Amino acid sequence: MRKILTALWVLFLFSLPLWMGNQYLLHVLIVTGIFIVAAISLNLLLGYAGQLSLGHVAFFGIGAYASALVSLGFSVHLTPATVLNIEPKPVWCGILAAVLASGICGWFIGRLSFKVRGAYFVIVSIGFAEVARLVAVNWVELTQGPMALNNIPPLTLWLPGLGEHIFWKKPENYWLVLSSAVVSYVIVRRLVRSRAGRAMIALRENEPLATSVGIDVTRYLVLATVVSAAMAGVAGALYAHYIRIVDPDVFLFIYTVTMVIMVVTGGKGTLAGPVVGGLIFGLLPESLRALAIKPEVQWIVYGVLMVLVVYFLPEGIVPAVQQWWQRRKGAVARIAKVAP
Amino acid sequence: MLGGTYALLGIGLTLIFGIMRVVNFTHGELYAFGAYMMYMLVMITGANFFVALVLAVALGVALGAALEFVLLRKLRGADIDTTMLVMIGAWIALQNAEQLVWSGVARSIDSPFPSAPLVIGAVSVAWGRVFVFFVTLVLIAATYALINHTRLGKAMRATFQDRDTAALMGVQIGTVHTATFALGSGLAAAAGALLGPVFVAYPTMGDLAATKAFAIVILGGLGSIAGATAGGFILALAEELGAGYISSGYRDAVGFLLIIVILIFKPTGLFARKERIG
Repeated sequence: MRKILTALWVLFLFSLPLWMGNQYLLHVLIVTGIFIVAAISLNLLLGYAGQLSLGHVAFFGIGAYASALVSLGFSVHLTPATVLNIEPKPVWCGILAAVLASGICGWFIGRLSFKVRGAYFVIVSIGFAEVARLVAVNWVELTQGPMALNNIPPLTLWLPGLGEHIFWKKPENYWLVLSSAVVSYVIVRRLVRSRAGRAMIALRENEPLATSVGIDVTRYLVLATVVSAAMAGVAGALYAHYIRIVDPDVFLFIYTVTMVIMVVTGGKGTLAGPVVGGLIFGLLPESLRALAIKPEVQWIVYGVLMVLVVYFLPEGIVPAVQQWWQRRKGAVARIAKVAP
Repeated sequence: MLGGTYALLGIGLTLIFGIMRVVNFTHGELYAFGAYMMYMLVMITGANFFVALVLAVALGVALGAALEFVLLRKLRGADIDTTMLVMIGAWIALQNAEQLVWSGVARSIDSPFPSAPLVIGAVSVAWGRVFVFFVTLVLIAATYALINHTRLGKAMRATFQDRDTAALMGVQIGTVHTATFALGSGLAAAAGALLGPVFVAYPTMGDLAATKAFAIVILGGLGSIAGATAGGFILALAEELGAGYISSGYRDAVGFLLIIVILIFKPTGLFARKERIG
């Protein structure tokens, strides 16, 4: 039953562009989808490994820049004498580069910052994102600084039945993003239900105990960071090739906050959480804009809503709904028992 | 010269973290609030500069107390992630409220100091900055005195060491928390009110201040007041040296590079006594 429902839901999402003519809404959904991929990746770190990373946007931005640069080609002076020259490569190479670059950064940050925990880790991760942003602003030779990278080519892919296909239009990009979201959902699901995932949950719940039964804490935390960073890198690459312009603002703290809100309101440590939270907080700013008055008021409402959600649903929406469902089922069962 | 204000920001943040276990994301907004209060009082109502300074700090204290009372009072004992998220929400709301009220345009504030600099030997310094420097020194000294030589300070130190035992001994934890948050906020507002006339006031000024305050606190060790004071001066010095010798574009990155170096070699910060490795 559950499987059929899930399949129907996915089918419904896939069929959306076929009957929905509203291109603007489709655009909003694509961007929301990209952020959902990022939120799913953050959930692995925040929800399962229990580490709040407030620099997650760094991996997103590094992925976006890596993919854009590889597909545009670049040359950079490593030392005044030696020049590293990269010719433009196909976009799929760019996306692979994004995975690699973000993954390597994830490994580095993981090794470095899991010496500390809690509030220290949070602040270090913020610092990392801030440094990444400053590099993007100041390394003009590579990143064009505030002038941004323009004319990033869209993805070209060989598809069975279609041959070489360029992802220009919105529906195609929608399907691309949706497929990526499904794939990342499945990856995280497989991972958290594996041995490694159980180890992460164990050390989230009680780190000294996990260590004492022989779980190599740092190793699993670094593993979670690398997978999570690589996935966020893919989200960044999708963003770069869909929006087709990347500037240092992709590193802004507010994007990290958006991802965290999506995960926490949806329910951290649940598989469906980031998807539900992502849909709500991806579409909310747009619906507020439809009502709204001024962008500042929009953001004030956003901030206040965030406070309210943490107050009333500290566990998140998905666990709350699950509990309500359990209680209801229990109640129905009791009534059924009493009735005859 | 900036070191003093950095130290003020760092002390406020480290007090709030140490005593309340709250990572205060609204800290930068209190800093911006102080600068805007100076703007309101000096430029719009035309108050005297020094009166305005005192009032701005008092208003910062009041706002801090209100924030603590409304948002954090009920969350005492909640885990650190929860309060952090609440503070992030409050931060977004506050920053945009500032933008709504005062618009995105940067505001400059007149100061009563002569524009001719003070020249001592080969060094010339603007009078405004000399004033800022001395006021920050006085404020830092006052904070030390408050914490080390008053009844409230004793209660704060007791809460810092062990909240439950302090409560058992009859310390009003709620009052201590409100006082701490108000004090920290007041220090941040003072930093903003002092620097507002030196630079300009704009809505996102708090972000950079907040990230620097975090850097300072990490540098000195979370919860250590001496560490935060030293950290403030070290960061200001490192930034100036970095701007001078590397590149002014990376000025703001220096602090974070410093953090990374410190985390590699001494993950407990320069001054912390407590174990912070999980």
